[in-house]
Amino acid sequence: MMGFSDADVTAILLTLRLASVVTLLLLMLGTPVAWWLARTHSWLKGPISAVVALPLVLPPTVIGFYLLLAMGPNGAIGQLTQSLGIGTLPFTFWGLVVASLVYSMPFVVQPLQNSFEALGERPLEVAATLRAGPWDRFVTVVVPLSRSGFISAAILGFAHTVGEFGVVLMIGGNIPGATQVISVQLYDHVEALEYGQAHWLSAAMLLFSFVVLVLLYSFNRRYPNPLRHGASSGSVQ
Amino acid sequence: MNEILPVESTLVNQPELELCFESVYHGFSLQVDLRLPGSGVTAIFGHSGSGKTTLLRCVAGLIKAGVGRLIVDGQVWQDEQIFLPTHRRPLGVVFQEASLFDHLTARGNLNYAVKRADRSAPGVDFDQAVELLGLSQLLDRRPAQLSGGERQRVAIARALLVRPRLLLMDEPLASLDHARKQEILPYLERLRDQLGLPILYVSHSASEVARLADHLVVLDKGRVVASGPLTETLARLDLPLQMGDQTGVVLAGTVIERDQQWQLVRVEFAGGSFWLRDMGHAMGDRVRLQVHARDVSLALEQNQQTSVLNILPVIVGEIAADESGGAALIRLHIADTVLLASLTLRSVNHLKLRPGCQVWAQIKSVALIE
Repeated sequence: MMGFSDADVTAILLTLRLASVVTLLLLMLGTPVAWWLARTHSWLKGPISAVVALPLVLPPTVIGFYLLLAMGPNGAIGQLTQSLGIGTLPFTFWGLVVASLVYSMPFVVQPLQNSFEALGERPLEVAATLRAGPWDRFVTVVVPLSRSGFISAAILGFAHTVGEFGVVLMIGGNIPGATQVISVQLYDHVEALEYGQAHWLSAAMLLFSFVVLVLLYSFNRRYPNPLRHGASSGSVQ
Repeated sequence: MNEILPVESTLVNQPELELCFESVYHGFSLQVDLRLPGSGVTAIFGHSGSGKTTLLRCVAGLIKAGVGRLIVDGQVWQDEQIFLPTHRRPLGVVFQEASLFDHLTARGNLNYAVKRADRSAPGVDFDQAVELLGLSQLLDRRPAQLSGGERQRVAIARALLVRPRLLLMDEPLASLDHARKQEILPYLERLRDQLGLPILYVSHSASEVARLADHLVVLDKGRVVASGPLTETLARLDLPLQMGDQTGVVLAGTVIERDQQWQLVRVEFAGGSFWLRDMGHAMGDRVRLQVHARDVSLALEQNQQTSVLNILPVIVGEIAADESGGAALIRLHIADTVLLASLTLRSVNHLKLRPGCQVWAQIKSVALIE
């Protein structure tokens, strides 16, 4: 009986921390984006939707490559972080956070956008006639009525961040405790022919993903409409 | 200030509504300029596509009319400079279909309004609204557990609880079946009679209008065809196009006599009286009567050999002939009251009807609508 090594445990904890931070930030950033996409009639809707959905179709290494350049000393993000005195982001935990935000964005935006669209105008109009201002309407009507969309977005964003590999490798490398997440750790085990360790991590990931999907689908059954779209948002639309 | 105002403005001292909109919305053009009484029910009547809902949405601020002026009770809601967003307008809206928040119980829906109500404004409180709409048994249910009629009652109570200065109702009964309509109409009458709140009531149902309205606005293709007190406006000859089969007048009357043997009551109106089936009204009750033009026939002599109960001497007024349809609509005067009769042109010709003729009107049916 082998179980997890200390390095494995560190990787698991790091992964969970990364996914939690990213999910939280994505809900904050993705909500206004999804809201805008759900309501706008602007010609920009097409291009912005495409940008948000790009990570669904691009090889993660391509995203990682561009992010590496952008966050590097000469890139736009790199310049910004340097001028703020934080240094550069690649090969740091926060570099992974930024990369994951880009990479997992569509998995949060699409379920939210779908449930905002399913909401329609009427509940908002009703709230306005009951003297609720724009912010009041969003908090007291949109959020509770889109609850299933938010839950779906959080689960998908979290799970997808846990599962990323290519982007992490490009941006973060393999630094234990900072950027060595489960998927990278697993790759190391296999390279080192430590198949026993690899089995433990893989089985854990498999179990985790299965449980997440069971949760998502059983939730779907209870609240059918908006989540239907949420669960299928892995496909490009 | 007063001396530079035009004369007609200074004459208007009663609170009132001034609505003036010019708007092209999704290719539909709305052009209205209305002054409406600041109390009672104003029905906005028209076929679907006549612009009545668009007009209501302009008043609510849910659509911004390109050119608009909206003054409610002396407060400007819209003019060249001002456009109050919906949530700043002291109004209540009841939409056609159920519009309750699904995530809240009936009580939660009502409290949503209570929390945002203008407490300084007069109006009903929670308990009064619950009592007025008969909701005490329903408060802890979710919208999905309420019938269509119950949901609409909750929606009406909720609209009242924000303490509006103007209540807008967009075909509140249209999505309900006949039985549910009958269930809600008495509540609407109580609202009208007890609250003194001006109500704009959009409807395409002539019977709802006859029952509820005090003032009538008829819209067609985005234009105002008629606007005036209900009885006067219904007695006009130029509206049958809009009213169709429902063309007729509404009279206000008082129950003055009961015939126990035949179970009839006599209702007196300005200029005469009708015998009607006894519906259990008390002596002295004020009621509304509806007389459809299609139920009025004319005779030159008083025919005693007839089953028709109500035969009244009338004087023929204006005659509007519809040559293509072979029909005519005739105004009949009984003192100050006007009835409408719908006859064929052949009958008009046969009886040699002219304005001023004295004839007998046989009224086959009179509906007591309240």
